[in-house]
Amino acid sequence: MKAAILVFPGSNCDRDLQVAFERAGADVTMVWHKDDALPAGTDIVGVPGGFSYGDYLRCGAIAANSPITRSLKTHVERGGYALGICNGFQILTETRILPGALLRNAGLKYICRTVPLNVRTSDSDFTRGWAAGTELQIPIAHHDGNYQADAELLRELEGEDRIAFTYNDNPNGSSGDVAGVLSANRRVLGMMPHPERAADEALGGSDGRAMFTSLMTALVSA
Amino acid sequence: MQEPAITEELIASHGIKPDEYAEILKILNREPTFTELGIFSAMWNEHCSYKSSKIHLKTLPTTGPQVICGPGENAGVVDIGDNQAVVFKMESHNHPSYIEPYQGAATGVGGILRDVFTMGARPVAAMNSLSFGEVAHPKTRQLVHGVVEGVGGYGNCFGVPTVGGEVRFDPAYNGNCLVNAFAAGLADADKIFYSAASGVGMPVVYLGAKTGRDGVGGATMASAEFDDTIEEKRPTVQVGDPFTEKRLMEACMELMRTGAVISIQDMGAAGLTCSAVEMGDKGGLGIKLELDRVPCREEGMTAYEMMLSESQERMLMVLDPSKEAEAKAVFDKWDLDFAIVGETIPEDRFLIEHKGKVWADLPLSKLSSMAPEYDRPHVPTPAAAPLGDIPAVDPIDGLKALIGSVNYASRQWVYEQYDSQVMADTMRIPGFGAGIIRVHGTDKALAFTSDVTPRYVKANPVEGGKQAVAEAFRNLVASGARPLASTDNLNFGNPEKPEIMGQFVGAIKGIGQACTALDMPIVSGNVSLYNETDGQAILPTPTIGAVGLIDHVDHAITGLARDGHVALLVGETKGHLGQSALLAEVFGRVEGDAPHVDLAAERAAGEFILANRDTIRACTDLSDGGLALAAFEMAEASGVGVVLDDSDQGHLFGEDQGRYLVACNFDAAEALMVAAGQAGVSVTTVGKFTGDHVSMGGSSAPLAELSALYRGTFGEAFA
Repeated sequence: MKAAILVFPGSNCDRDLQVAFERAGADVTMVWHKDDALPAGTDIVGVPGGFSYGDYLRCGAIAANSPITRSLKTHVERGGYALGICNGFQILTETRILPGALLRNAGLKYICRTVPLNVRTSDSDFTRGWAAGTELQIPIAHHDGNYQADAELLRELEGEDRIAFTYNDNPNGSSGDVAGVLSANRRVLGMMPHPERAADEALGGSDGRAMFTSLMTALVSA
Repeated sequence: MQEPAITEELIASHGIKPDEYAEILKILNREPTFTELGIFSAMWNEHCSYKSSKIHLKTLPTTGPQVICGPGENAGVVDIGDNQAVVFKMESHNHPSYIEPYQGAATGVGGILRDVFTMGARPVAAMNSLSFGEVAHPKTRQLVHGVVEGVGGYGNCFGVPTVGGEVRFDPAYNGNCLVNAFAAGLADADKIFYSAASGVGMPVVYLGAKTGRDGVGGATMASAEFDDTIEEKRPTVQVGDPFTEKRLMEACMELMRTGAVISIQDMGAAGLTCSAVEMGDKGGLGIKLELDRVPCREEGMTAYEMMLSESQERMLMVLDPSKEAEAKAVFDKWDLDFAIVGETIPEDRFLIEHKGKVWADLPLSKLSSMAPEYDRPHVPTPAAAPLGDIPAVDPIDGLKALIGSVNYASRQWVYEQYDSQVMADTMRIPGFGAGIIRVHGTDKALAFTSDVTPRYVKANPVEGGKQAVAEAFRNLVASGARPLASTDNLNFGNPEKPEIMGQFVGAIKGIGQACTALDMPIVSGNVSLYNETDGQAILPTPTIGAVGLIDHVDHAITGLARDGHVALLVGETKGHLGQSALLAEVFGRVEGDAPHVDLAAERAAGEFILANRDTIRACTDLSDGGLALAAFEMAEASGVGVVLDDSDQGHLFGEDQGRYLVACNFDAAEALMVAAGQAGVSVTTVGKFTGDHVSMGGSSAPLAELSALYRGTFGEAFA
């Protein structure tokens, strides 16, 4: 599996995501935001957490217009895989690769906490490692993770089984408790929680690890 | 433009005393220009010159086989083996945080991060020690929200995990909150960068954010007492930009790898002045600056303003001219402003040119070597009156009073606003014991703690100073870490008052004794004096930040108590209730002497824990609130009840030092008893972890009820 991780100025979970991919056995290339092309043969693009360009405007809004993001869009349009975590999820919604929007947490405070997540579907190469209904303990760390979708969009996401994860104890006001969303072709996942922070037993939890091993299985055989 | 004439008022408004001005006249043999007066005020204020504290700081132990670089550089450097070093420091941003809490706290975090990466170390952990006034004071709520958001806003965006800290409340901080920020970074031990310039005619390069008028005179402001004109001081607070800091850090790391950096100094307090003088002074060189080249964000800035601006996220470096192309490529990659603003010169001069005119021409080395140094009069704090009778209180009611107080309730409301896990190496987040991070890519780990008990220091500065170090030692040991070294952030009132200076001198004495006995040399630090408003001083608050090494992650003590575990108390209990949390929170009495620290016993108890750390899987130190609070906190973190057999108030709530609470199974307890006998350390069984209640001396309450109180109190107080 060849993974490319986008690095924007202000990205700060890029190395964390790299480590998680590499531990699963992936071949990882870091791609600077001023580059205009992804490495040839990229299977999956990782869009990491952080504060791209400082996020002084709407979170992810400037990154959505960065040169490398055009290549990300092309990659996705061609059926390539992408995983956006935290700021990466915000960027994926800002580019409209994924539907919905992420607003300031309902409680207005930044929250860093390990929260229980419910795996809503195992029908994706991101979530195949878990049975639907599995409860995971995964950290969140964000100020703007309040996922907003109107009733129609929520119905559509539910109808197409595209809600990957929901919060068991909604920490941020997200519509329908949504914590992670899949694209229509199920090859793009955006999520606020950080599975890459829960991929190592030495750090007190490895509930997120199955995402990387499951991707590895899918993309090695692909 | 015409500079103002030098008048007595102008001199006084720069915080320069008449005898200090006389010294300036002697050095120059002429009247200083306005810009020169500003430079002297920046260099000679308390914050930058340590003029009241220097002669006492010199007595602190600062060396040891583990110390690579002690105080005097941007941060201390300590060996952690395998050619790796941990680089750390703690620094205050008290005055700015009181005036503008969000930006004051944010730029405090930014400043300390810069101190660490200036040395070539990537920041890997942050902590902060916060002291606020009483909850009921009208200013406290705004300060708590603003400071906590500012700390988080900066650290979270920059991308450093905040793994520990303290929060306290006392009316003595009503007019003067304290914000002490700590940062630690990792570097290769043979690739540390220092500030001493070398080579004549070398380019002095400015890197980072543009210079504005923010912070002009900030260091001078931080060296004065507050009064009711405080609102007028708001423009002297800087504004932080963590995004630029992150880019600046990454650019510095890349630049250092190119070999282009000869010396580097961040622009902190007193900005361009302090950083340029520091580089020249340490290198025995002069510096010439051409201010027309300084990147400015405001129009019409004068030499005076540029020299005194405290705009954030700026660095000054001496670069190897042969590596200019590599350096420029790095700056361009990160879109950072840079400019060659001057050069090193052979003669001892600090020469400032702007618009074709010389605005300052000073003997550079004299700016620091001739800085005033005072041995201010000091009187020892009188011995505390004996403690009067203390009525008995039901132990569960006593515990509820503690965990229902903002001083001892869970800090979850605070630490959840900080990213404690970015960088994906955090082994223990804040909440229960020292923060622990793994050294990236290795099996080693580092533990971090920050401690001080200001009411002890006030009652007995020497013992209080010892206790701050001892508690830091204990917190590190309880996580399985060998304490390595410490940093001190000494916050006191007006040093011109002999009783305040007495607190300072006493605390330094105690800190020095403890650092020596516990082998935790001071490798960096900061002094913040004049923490007074309208003559009311804060509690003396010498915050100790400390770092310990866990040689293998498997040796970290991060376990919790389980149902059926024995509760073992390590160390001697006498039942000292003077200055205790129980006395303050239940009876509103701040009385008696502070507990005394027997440093030999402290060391012995610590060595016992470390020697047996693979048997001890769950451990916490005893401090405020004694055995009762420690046992509750361990039970609460573990989700299991606890029964303590003793009902003696002093035994339950006494704050004797040198003690730990251990939870382990029966076999391990037996083994520890045997080991304790051989080591000559007191270990006694004090109860058991079991069930779902907390029971002490026959009184009992459901753990769930106590937990709700413990977790809810802080948030309710500031909702």
